[in-house]
Amino acid sequence: MARRATPEVNAGSMADIAFLLLIFFLVTTTIEKDKGIARQLPPKEPPTDEQVKIKEKNLFIVNVNREDQLLVEEKLMELKDLRQAAIDFLDNGGASSGTAEYCDYCKGKRNPESSDNPDKAVISVQNDRLTSYKMYIAVQNELVAAYNFLRDRESQRLYGWKFTEKTKDLDEGKIKGEVAKEALQQKLETIQKLFPQKLSEAEPKKTGQ
Amino acid sequence: MSKFTKKKSSELPAISTASLPDIVFMLLFFFMVVTVLRDDNLLVQNKLPKADQVEKLKKDRSVYIYAGKPSSRYQDKFGSEPKIQIGDKYTDLSNIKFALTEARQKLLPELQDYVMVALKVDEKTNTGMVTDIKQELRDLNMLKIIYITSPGNEITE
Repeated sequence: MARRATPEVNAGSMADIAFLLLIFFLVTTTIEKDKGIARQLPPKEPPTDEQVKIKEKNLFIVNVNREDQLLVEEKLMELKDLRQAAIDFLDNGGASSGTAEYCDYCKGKRNPESSDNPDKAVISVQNDRLTSYKMYIAVQNELVAAYNFLRDRESQRLYGWKFTEKTKDLDEGKIKGEVAKEALQQKLETIQKLFPQKLSEAEPKKTGQ
Repeated sequence: MSKFTKKKSSELPAISTASLPDIVFMLLFFFMVVTVLRDDNLLVQNKLPKADQVEKLKKDRSVYIYAGKPSSRYQDKFGSEPKIQIGDKYTDLSNIKFALTEARQKLLPELQDYVMVALKVDEKTNTGMVTDIKQELRDLNMLKIIYITSPGNEITE
């Protein structure tokens, strides 16, 4: 048996094949961009007669009607003013100094008619069934922005960085090492405790109520 | 001297294309890695509302719900009332629970307890529909939701 040299495979068409595959993946690619506003729904509980009592002054009511108009604390308001109004409410710190509820990091007007401290302050959003989803999201966005603004301010004061930026870094995996992650998580939680997000949504009203 | 003068040829040398396959392969691998094949065929109009205070969605543990008016090519068949889509088909409000349980089973077993519901709702839909979906989710005890939005801000634009 004569040993024949194996003929060399022609690799000239390799580029063509690769191009074909490349074009296929180019066409089918959708680069991921799903981002959004996360929410935790309240668990379903059997109806009780007991009502959780929240003082009127600790409640910030945002009402959106079917014409997409905003009624904040019984006053008409433009969407662009909502963020500042929410910040003023959360940051008010109305409880007098010396009491247990006194808020020493608040920089608000300390109006006794408004919220006692950020922990007590609850923002309640009520919307009509015919409110547009666009408006609903815009309102939610502004309220989250108010919380983020205050959390950024506090983290800047305590640690010298912005809460939202570090949360983003953590999400994107830019923080390396378990120890660093753990430490950062703890700091983020401290900030979250200073301004806990208390956004409540009214139970949907049944027709005829 | 003739040694040097000989080398000078008047023609331009051909550009070597030997590395072309390598370059193309490199691009190919890049696109292969970032590609996510579309798994849901969109049956509803889906123009998302804008928001900028957003978080990233963890895709491996999420179930999608779409809602909006049927796309224009389905409108003569299904009308123009907003509809809910889960997976590849329209779903009734009463059927959401079943469809969601089914969708959840497609996730990895260890992630099924951390399921997150991603709501992709058209901006022209009424909030009432979203409220109905949320009530169903509460019944199902799937409490983590995320409203998927597109980047931007309603006020400045």
